[in-house]
Amino acid sequence: MRWIWIDRILELDRASRCVAVKNVSLAEEVLHDHFPATPHYPFTPVMPNTLVIEGMAQTAGILVGHANDFAEKVILAKIAKASFTAAARPGHTIQYTATIDRIDATGASTSGVVDLIDPATGSTQPMGQIELMFSHIDHNRAGLAFPEHNFVFTDLFMDLLRQSGFAPPAHLGAR
Amino acid sequence: MTMTKDDVFGKVQEVLVDALGVDDDEVTGSAKLIADLGAESIDFLDIVFRLEKAFNIKIGQNELFPDNVLSDSTYVVDGKVTDLGMAELRKRLPHADLDQFDTTRNVDDFSDIFTVETIVKFVQGKLQ
Repeated sequence: MRWIWIDRILELDRASRCVAVKNVSLAEEVLHDHFPATPHYPFTPVMPNTLVIEGMAQTAGILVGHANDFAEKVILAKIAKASFTAAARPGHTIQYTATIDRIDATGASTSGVVDLIDPATGSTQPMGQIELMFSHIDHNRAGLAFPEHNFVFTDLFMDLLRQSGFAPPAHLGAR
Repeated sequence: MTMTKDDVFGKVQEVLVDALGVDDDEVTGSAKLIADLGAESIDFLDIVFRLEKAFNIKIGQNELFPDNVLSDSTYVVDGKVTDLGMAELRKRLPHADLDQFDTTRNVDDFSDIFTVETIVKFVQGKLQ
């Protein structure tokens, strides 16, 4: 399984803003468990909000990592706020817009807006708001040792950047 | 216009309610951030970010919550802060009341010095 919960990056403005989309598909196994049919309710496939948060964390994480050319190991440290007003179902597109509120050597905080696009009508409606905090863990070790190589921004993320039309930094994505 | 101590306290209270998910009435002046309000290490970064935004100030790394003093072996011996260490802490933390801590100097008790009042004093110092 590939733990990547965004399909494409649409915009990436350095240290400012990143927009990404995720197409929700009935082929995703997780939707079959969320929620399966019961004697009282029919099968109701809905994208779990925890994974919507993960999608925002990946969108905002790329934004925070890109600000320093992916030299820092950017770890999601805190979900400061997450609120939802709509649910994403198969066939919907989830659009994540992340902006950086603050970034320094120790970490970053981001604000995010989640929109739900319904291709049946072409309409876009607000789906939620997610505020996150990221730690640059090499600056917050608390006595812990981490591997030298950047295990956060793996080839998966560099491939995503490349497929979205953005060039990964030479030290990570040259191939 | 200069902010009164009550104004600063009110805003600090808002910051801590948002950062730590606690209720207004829990955020009293003497409340300890870790022991009473349940703050964890990453919350300190969050608090610093939110204070900067709320008060339009700039807070340097290790300025409000210095974590690089107690990890220095010249300042801590056998779990106790040395005289040199106490002098350094007093220099680095003019906003904190260190007298109680000075009686035991146990590193394990150090986090108790970070109360809501400590943050209010720190912000007042930054606003002057």
